[in-house]
Amino acid sequence: MQADPDAQDTGQAVLLLVDGRPLMVDTSMNVLAALMAAGRLCARRSVSGEPRFGLCGIGYCQECRVTIDGQAHRLACQARCRDGMVIVTDGASQN
Amino acid sequence: LSALPSKAAIVVLGAGPAGLAAAHAASEHGQRVTLIDENFAPGGQIWRGGPSRWRDRSAHVLWRALRERPHVNFQGGVRLVASTEANTLLLDTGNGARHLEWERLILCAGARELLLPFPGWTLPGVTGAGALQAMLKGGLPLDGAHVVVAGTGPLLLVVADSVRRMGGRLAALAEHRGTRELARFAGQLALHHPGKLAQALRLFAGLKGAPYLRGATVLAAHGDTRVRSVLLRHRGREVELECDFLACGFGLLPNTEVASLLGCEVGPAGVLVDAQQRTSRAGVWAAGEASGIGGVDQALAQGRIAGLSATGRTATRAELQTLTRARAFGTLLACSFAPLPALREICRPSTLVCRCEDVRAAQLAVHLDWRSAKLHTRAGMGACQGRVCGAACEFLFGWQARAVRQPIFPTSAATLAGAMPMACAAPEKDEQQ
Repeated sequence: MQADPDAQDTGQAVLLLVDGRPLMVDTSMNVLAALMAAGRLCARRSVSGEPRFGLCGIGYCQECRVTIDGQAHRLACQARCRDGMVIVTDGASQN
Repeated sequence: LSALPSKAAIVVLGAGPAGLAAAHAASEHGQRVTLIDENFAPGGQIWRGGPSRWRDRSAHVLWRALRERPHVNFQGGVRLVASTEANTLLLDTGNGARHLEWERLILCAGARELLLPFPGWTLPGVTGAGALQAMLKGGLPLDGAHVVVAGTGPLLLVVADSVRRMGGRLAALAEHRGTRELARFAGQLALHHPGKLAQALRLFAGLKGAPYLRGATVLAAHGDTRVRSVLLRHRGREVELECDFLACGFGLLPNTEVASLLGCEVGPAGVLVDAQQRTSRAGVWAAGEASGIGGVDQALAQGRIAGLSATGRTATRAELQTLTRARAFGTLLACSFAPLPALREICRPSTLVCRCEDVRAAQLAVHLDWRSAKLHTRAGMGACQGRVCGAACEFLFGWQARAVRQPIFPTSAATLAGAMPMACAAPEKDEQQ
């Protein structure tokens, strides 16, 4: 077996940039958890402008889409936190 | 991503209990097996988060054995988006597209939650029940947050237990089924599945006096930029409870999209399989929740049987008996916790049912079927492709709403373009010659 998925949960501290603000989290968290830790519970705005956040937690509801390192429509619940990651949500306007 | 081959004799899709058991059985005599999953870590949902978070011994046993087999290849973070040719899958690796040609395919696509619409369910902080569990495994810090767990089914107890263990405060567990029905379920467990009863009692004891409301119905979530409270009806009275998170689950649904895509027959309970877990399509097997909700023991037993069958062997009598026992538990669950028709009432005419396109129940209710509703309202045509609202509409309106189209998950144009050479390369070559 070649891949090493066990290497994941080491819990190293990393620095993210969420809507322009620095956020310290650790690598055992996914981006959804990191956003929750920062109290930023708006991943996207719905077509009628409502704030939306993760519903299913496992990658099918598509409610937690954010922009990660310039890539739009990434699912926060399926993205692992990496040092220097730049995350942009649609929640920026509400603050 | 060099580890992922472009051709494989046996591909197992999904690395939850069924997929791990299937890969384990199929590879035990040296056969090459490629196991892929859309999550980075193996384990599926029940064993989510990878080996370092597993508490179940069978997960470690399977994974340790697989790791020791050089002929087994695991690739996580890979999502199936389409089937480009008869035996070729198009995968989105998050880092470009890949094709994977298979000879034999074992589908272990698992399940998702039935999420039912009610006023306020679109507020941030309202999640599925299993969803909150997944978020906790993904590192969500609760730090004393107040959580209400609601809906129906034994999963609620598991989630409530996790909330407490992970530092949250359980404001209430609100189960839709009444005390008498729960007692009947417990009686059946005592008779036929004593191990499960012990597990349930442990979880129940773990509630440590937090309110366990039976016969309770979620009526609405209230809040502004996030959920602040939930309105429940309990014993004819309305109760409002403050909360930071509301986790609502109404049971599980089999993920049948991939099977449909590949032309396998699908029934109301999941992908149709025979006693060897073979689907209606030659060379394709299905195991675990995708072929019928039944829990982890059933998934392990079916995965093993599928892995054996895919390599020309048959299960022993003992293995078949294990499956029979596990299936009985699945049947008991289905009978005891199927969402009751009364839950249709929690969706009000003004409730958004399709969250991708913001379509309200009243806009849908005038249609006769799912197709008409989709064409006129765009419900089910957004990013989730009806995985949430289609299932809700099946429950609310009795529609058949499980159509599947490619790509079966949203993906980048670049990934789809990755599929193009297969169709377009030939004429291009001709021109060059």
